[in-house]
Amino acid sequence: MKKILTSSQTVGPFFHFGLKPIAVLSSEDIPGEKITITGAVLDGTGARVNDAMIEIWQANSRGKYDHPEDQQDRQTTPGFTGFGRVFVNGDGGFEIKTIKPGPVDWLEPGQQAPHINISLFARGVLRRMATRIYFADDPATGGDPVLNLIDGPGRRNTLLAQPVDGRPGAYTWNIVLKGEQETVFFEV
Amino acid sequence: MTKPTAYNREASETQPPLNHPGYGSTAERSPGKPLVLLPHSLSEITGPLYGQDSIGPNDHDLTRQHDGEPIGQRIIVAGKVTDENGRPVPDALIEIWQCNAAGRYIHEIDQHDAPLDPNFTGAGRCVTDGEGNYRFITIEPGAYPWGNHHNAWRPKHIHFSLFGNAFVTRLITQMYFPGDPLLELDPIYLSVPDAKAREGLVCAFDLENTVPGHALAYRFDIVLRGRDQTPMVG
Ligand SMILES: [Fe+3]
Repeated sequence: MKKILTSSQTVGPFFHFGLKPIAVLSSEDIPGEKITITGAVLDGTGARVNDAMIEIWQANSRGKYDHPEDQQDRQTTPGFTGFGRVFVNGDGGFEIKTIKPGPVDWLEPGQQAPHINISLFARGVLRRMATRIYFADDPATGGDPVLNLIDGPGRRNTLLAQPVDGRPGAYTWNIVLKGEQETVFFEV
Repeated sequence: MTKPTAYNREASETQPPLNHPGYGSTAERSPGKPLVLLPHSLSEITGPLYGQDSIGPNDHDLTRQHDGEPIGQRIIVAGKVTDENGRPVPDALIEIWQCNAAGRYIHEIDQHDAPLDPNFTGAGRCVTDGEGNYRFITIEPGAYPWGNHHNAWRPKHIHFSLFGNAFVTRLITQMYFPGDPLLELDPIYLSVPDAKAREGLVCAFDLENTVPGHALAYRFDIVLRGRDQTPMVG
C-alpha cells in the first residue's frame, strides 16, 4: 500500500532567514553564454509581489544536467550544479544571472529547446508553481515539444524571455500569477 | 531521445488547491487557467542534489547557535523521509525555520508585538542519513497572529523545505503539533482536502526519543513522491 504524500503548505512571508539565496553561477569562469534575465512577479491586480522566492534548475551549456539520471553522452561542468535561488526585492523585481542552457533530450527523437525550469514560492501560494523560461531569439524555441503542448501562441509567449535590444545576453521575463497575461504553469 | 522513468502523479486530495477562498492571499496569486500537464522528461526527473557538503556542526541544533540558551520548551524533532513506496530518501537536505517561543520571527517584517530572543534565530539544516532519518533539536514555537481574518492565529508550526532527488519532488511544508486547538481554525492547514493527509502534517509525541531531564520529542515523517519502477542508472 502506498503511503500518503506529505502535503505542501505555503512558504509564508518569513522564509528569508531560513532559506538562503544561491547564485546559479558560482564563478565567472563557468563556460557558456552569460545571460541575465530580469523581471518582476505580478499578481492578478497587477501589483508587484514582493515576497516571492524563485528557484532555478537548468542544464549546462551542453544540455547536461548535473544529476546521475542524466544519461546523455555529454560532459557536466565542474563547479556548475545548475541550481539557484533568488528572492524578489521590495518592488517584486528579480535578476537571474546564469549561462544559457543547451538543448536536452526529449521523450521522443529530438531535443527540447534551451529552457530553464522554474519553481515559484510565495505567501498566498499553497504549493510550488512550476513554469519554464524559453528564449524568444533561439531558433529551436518554435519547435519545442513542451511549448507545443500549450494552446495558442498568446499563452506560449508568456514563457518566452525577450532579448533586450543592444544588450547582448540581457533578457526580460515576468511572472504573472493571474489574469489576462497569466504565465503558463505546469502540473509536474 | 531519453525516456526517463516518470514519477507518479500526486493524488490531488493530498495537496492544497492553489485557490483556497479561506486563505485570502490566494485569490490574486493563483492562476485562473488550468495547469498544463507536463510529461516527465530529463528536466523533471533530475533536480538539485545540493547542500550535502555545507552543513555546519550546530546547524541541526537550534538551541546552540548563540552564546546562551533560548527560552522555551526544548524539543527534539526527528523522523524519516521516504517515498510513497516506503523507500528511504538518503542524503536529502532538510531546511527548517520557525518563530521563537513567544511567537515572533527574527524576520525584519514580522511586526508581532512579542519579544525577540537574542539566543534564538530559528533556522536549521540537516541531511538525512543512509536510512532517510533526520533529527533537529529546537524549542517549541509559539502561535502568532496574522491578518487573514479577525482574530486569526497560526497554530504552532515549523516550516520544512526538502528537495528529494528530482525537480518534481520539491516540497515546502509546515509541521504542526498534536492537540493544538488552532488547527481546526487555520485556513492554511485546512486547505489540504483529505483529512488523513492533513493529519500527516501533525507530528506525534515520541516518548522513546525524549531525553530524560532535558528535552521532549516529536516524530514527523515525510513522504515524497516516488515511482513504481526503479530508474536505470548506468
Ligand atoms: Fe510561519
